[in-house]
Amino acid sequence: MSMRNPFKIISGLGSSRDGTMHFWYINLTAIANIPLTIFLVWFVISAAGKNQAEMMEMFSSPLIMAMMLLTIISFVWHMRLGMQAVIEDYITSEGRKITAILLNYFFSASVAIIGIVSVLMLGLGG
Amino acid sequence: MVELSLPKNSRPTKGKVWPKPDAKNLRELQIYRYNPDNSDNPSIDTYYVDIDDCGPMVLDALLWIKDNIDATLTLRRSCREGICGSCSMNIDGLNSLACTKGIDEIKGVIKIYPLPHLPVVKDLVPDLSNFYAQHRSIEPWLKTKTPAPSSEGLQSYKDREKLDGLYECILCACCSTSCPSYWWNGDRYLGPAVLLQAYRWLMDSRDEATGERLDNLEDPFRLYRCHTIMNCTNTCPKGLNPAEAIAEIKKLMVERRV
Repeated sequence: MSMRNPFKIISGLGSSRDGTMHFWYINLTAIANIPLTIFLVWFVISAAGKNQAEMMEMFSSPLIMAMMLLTIISFVWHMRLGMQAVIEDYITSEGRKITAILLNYFFSASVAIIGIVSVLMLGLGG
Repeated sequence: MVELSLPKNSRPTKGKVWPKPDAKNLRELQIYRYNPDNSDNPSIDTYYVDIDDCGPMVLDALLWIKDNIDATLTLRRSCREGICGSCSMNIDGLNSLACTKGIDEIKGVIKIYPLPHLPVVKDLVPDLSNFYAQHRSIEPWLKTKTPAPSSEGLQSYKDREKLDGLYECILCACCSTSCPSYWWNGDRYLGPAVLLQAYRWLMDSRDEATGERLDNLEDPFRLYRCHTIMNCTNTCPKGLNPAEAIAEIKKLMVERRV
């Protein structure tokens, strides 16, 4: 049994005045991901069976390249925010939580950068 | 950390089967028992209630057991009409008020446990200290900066209607203790009952502390642990919708930012 008063326990470190933008962006990216998923499905079907040169030609279209970059950014952003919510839900230990959140940032940034560079290389003929 | 199984000393064991009363119409109840005065694990005791000699509600059955079989069975109860919120417990897998849950609503054995994921004081009595402290933390009273009027503070019918579906909450804690987010982060997440109460004061046309109230709630844990799981709304014995109230608070948060 804790010797602290319940009010002390639940007060914690006070309100962080934060969280609204996380909520806003996770919903914003969720909505954006609907048309972007439709685009991605269309793109995969269109690209099926094409060789590398033909693929590079597809990516060289500014519209396709922009849509692909948007897809990567929106998907990865949504993934990072969603994973952070899962970490905050389930991991209470401060050390483990911070580690998991850092790994989540690094992993998401790596996925995004690899994706963006790949699209640019394909699109710009690198 | 999320706990998928109970700690070893909290796992219920098979308890005593109390003798059947000499009656024709019996209902079987399996009830969680825990005595803090010994080191035994909790147990599930089996009782048989004479339905012909007992009132229609689950609370009547529990009191019948206390009066006729086992006086040590411990539970909270007061108003016996769904207004005090004392007899909230987990009945047949759903958090509810024993006084408004009909025995005939349940098929087969009636299984009764204390509200989930709270420390148990004894038998069906959970420790709600943190829950009450959380309620106090949202300052559930009218706050004004304008000096108090010499007569009553008026409110239009339209503004009064905005409190419907909110003021009826009796703080039984059925919703909060049905919420997985509250199970895992109950010390930081305010939970549906307290957030519904918070929204009740945010919506009050006479209250002048809306900004401070929102400041106090704006936190990834206090408010944003709600993931619209909806257990709160499904279990509320008063038919209220805490999930909607929380969504409305989130909308207010976005409104003042975006």
